Amino acid sequence: MIKHESIETNAGLLIALTLIVISIGGLVEIVPLFFINDTVEKVEGVRPYSALELRGRDIYQREGCYLCHSQMVRPFRDEMLRYGHYSLAAESKYDHPFQWGSKRTGPDLARVGGKYSNEWHVAHLVRPTAVVPQSVMPNYPWLLETELNYSDVQDRMRALKMTGVPYSETQQEYEANVTTFGADIAGRLDILRAEETLMQQALTYNYDGQRARITEMDALIAYLQVLGTMVDFSRYDEGYFTQFR
Amino acid sequence: MAQAAIVGSTEQYNYAIIRKFTVMALVWGVLGMSAGIYIAAELAWPFLNFDIPAITFGRLRPVHTTLVIFGFGGSALFATSYYVVQRTCQTRLYSDWMANFTFWGWQIAVGLGALSYMAGYTQAREYAEFEWPIDLLIAVTWVIYLLLFVQTLRRRSQPHIYVANWFYLAFILATAMLHIFNNLAVPVSLFSLKSYSLFAGVQDAMTQWWYGHNAVGFFLTAAFLGMMYYFVPKQAQRPVYSYRLSIVHFWSLSFLYMWVGGHHLHWTALPDWTSTLAATFSIMLLLPSWGGMINGIMTLSGAWEKLRTDPIMLFLITALSFYGMSTFEGPLMSLKSVNALSHYTDWTIGHVHSGALGWVAMVTFGSFYHLIPRLYDTRIYSIRLIYVHFWLATVGILLYITAMWVAGIFQGLMLRSFDEYGNLAYTFVETVAFLHEPYVVRAIGGLFFISGLLVMIYNVIMTVRRASSETAELEARLAAKMARAEGQA
Repeated sequence: MIKHESIETNAGLLIALTLIVISIGGLVEIVPLFFINDTVEKVEGVRPYSALELRGRDIYQREGCYLCHSQMVRPFRDEMLRYGHYSLAAESKYDHPFQWGSKRTGPDLARVGGKYSNEWHVAHLVRPTAVVPQSVMPNYPWLLETELNYSDVQDRMRALKMTGVPYSETQQEYEANVTTFGADIAGRLDILRAEETLMQQALTYNYDGQRARITEMDALIAYLQVLGTMVDFSRYDEGYFTQFR
Repeated sequence: MAQAAIVGSTEQYNYAIIRKFTVMALVWGVLGMSAGIYIAAELAWPFLNFDIPAITFGRLRPVHTTLVIFGFGGSALFATSYYVVQRTCQTRLYSDWMANFTFWGWQIAVGLGALSYMAGYTQAREYAEFEWPIDLLIAVTWVIYLLLFVQTLRRRSQPHIYVANWFYLAFILATAMLHIFNNLAVPVSLFSLKSYSLFAGVQDAMTQWWYGHNAVGFFLTAAFLGMMYYFVPKQAQRPVYSYRLSIVHFWSLSFLYMWVGGHHLHWTALPDWTSTLAATFSIMLLLPSWGGMINGIMTLSGAWEKLRTDPIMLFLITALSFYGMSTFEGPLMSLKSVNALSHYTDWTIGHVHSGALGWVAMVTFGSFYHLIPRLYDTRIYSIRLIYVHFWLATVGILLYITAMWVAGIFQGLMLRSFDEYGNLAYTFVETVAFLHEPYVVRAIGGLFFISGLLVMIYNVIMTVRRASSETAELEARLAAKMARAEGQA
């Protein structure tokens, strides 16, 4: 039997054993998540963010929204009534980083997309108490005043492509996206046309109500309006998703 | 071995580096806790956001967590680990420049981190918000810290490595591992501060909470247990209660902590097997946690009267009691049924603070009151002010955590209550309105706590001033004596 004395008189042995002991938990719990196929559900509709939505997501992170809003609906009756179907792993499979959150000082936003009008979002973000008198959320008036900087949006998409998000740069990749997501969406996932499609989306939907320019408000609302809307739950049986849990 | 000690300096130990880290711990403590009180007040009175981007809650909250965990806690750990490793190995730190490098590397990283969040640069993963260039600086600093610590251990003049150093070593190794794997990211470009996490969704979430919970487990627990294992026996002037218990709880704590991060992701899209495993290990973790608490508190066995006569002991033992309480509360909250209510609410915030204020800050204060007079070769300026600090801090913590229990448990209950027709009884914003009063009480609790810290800083300044006036007096007397001797000659 090895005596503990031999460990505590030998710094090298102490380091080696400590490293072994602290490595096991992570190896057992994290590594399989990359290899077990059922970890992320097989479901249609989930796609990478368009250039405009991506910039909106960057602003969401910059302002620290994740510190008060979760994006993870749990499978409880009250959460289903309040927010909708519980969140799937697949719905955040392109989220680098994940934004599930850990605290709800405000409500969950996983399915906020389509729940409120663009006008409501503008009014709410500029001054939350204008539409929710008891809100404790800060005002974000600068979003409406600051023009969106999208000069490096291609670099951003390229960085995400390196992490595995299927944005396209070659004709071949584009065509693969057409097969997976359809021509309309594949166009928005094309890095080379990113600035063009970003402008197009902002002008078409005019999220911030100001036609003349593209603001950070446009981007953020574009992102909020797509949250939780990608999967069409009416196409699946209620029991379908439980097999993955 | 002996050569290096002589070449470096005539001093036996490097105390200068410890003084610097100690002072910075107090500075970051005041700044970080002020930020904490400010964001607490923002939740109670949202007008305090003043429509200024840099000070809105979302940007200031990582400033608070970074300054208190890494600025205050981190600097306190550097300071005490350098003190403990030198004293217990009876040798000087291996290298002065390495020690200074860790000082500047760490302070710059913490300062730049806080400024970058206010400017809007963040990885948007809790407690790992530092963007990639700062992460690199931290990684380099940390490797040097590890080398310095290990090299100092290797030239110890004792055969045994004292138990406090096992904990410091595990903390340094684990933090290196966590920091590197959790911050794998792809920068937007070489000249952009922005990066995207290498992992996405469920894998990213699990990696982040493996990191996040072990930031608690190793940074805020194991390392502070190292602090406890030196300063409690020293201050009590008694040996550690049980050597055997310290072995058992060291290895089991190190092993078990790494499994429990998934309890932050109960009922999410994380697979059930992972979160069940995390919950199981969380419950087991109660045993080694309490092993540490018992070993610390029982060290005082036979000398309990010190609690009446020694306010430093009061700090240390109260810290251990809060440690015991929050490591009981933790496994409780990691049960899926409890977590269903507590998660996403202020109960979690209260739990963190009973650990962070009750355990981490209190054990640091106690250790610092022991350490600082020794660093300056003097006595503490005022024992009475230590008592004042103790009571301000304790009242502050109690106000804080009771307010958060009320806030969290009631919000959790309101959110899941239904009316007689089966509809939701409350809208979300009704729970927000309910939280106003607990939020006010929480901010008041924070004010109590920081007042205590300010009293401590006054006490420390007066101690250092007295030390320097004592030295000056001594030098003056010596000079006068020399002058007289010369006159006679």
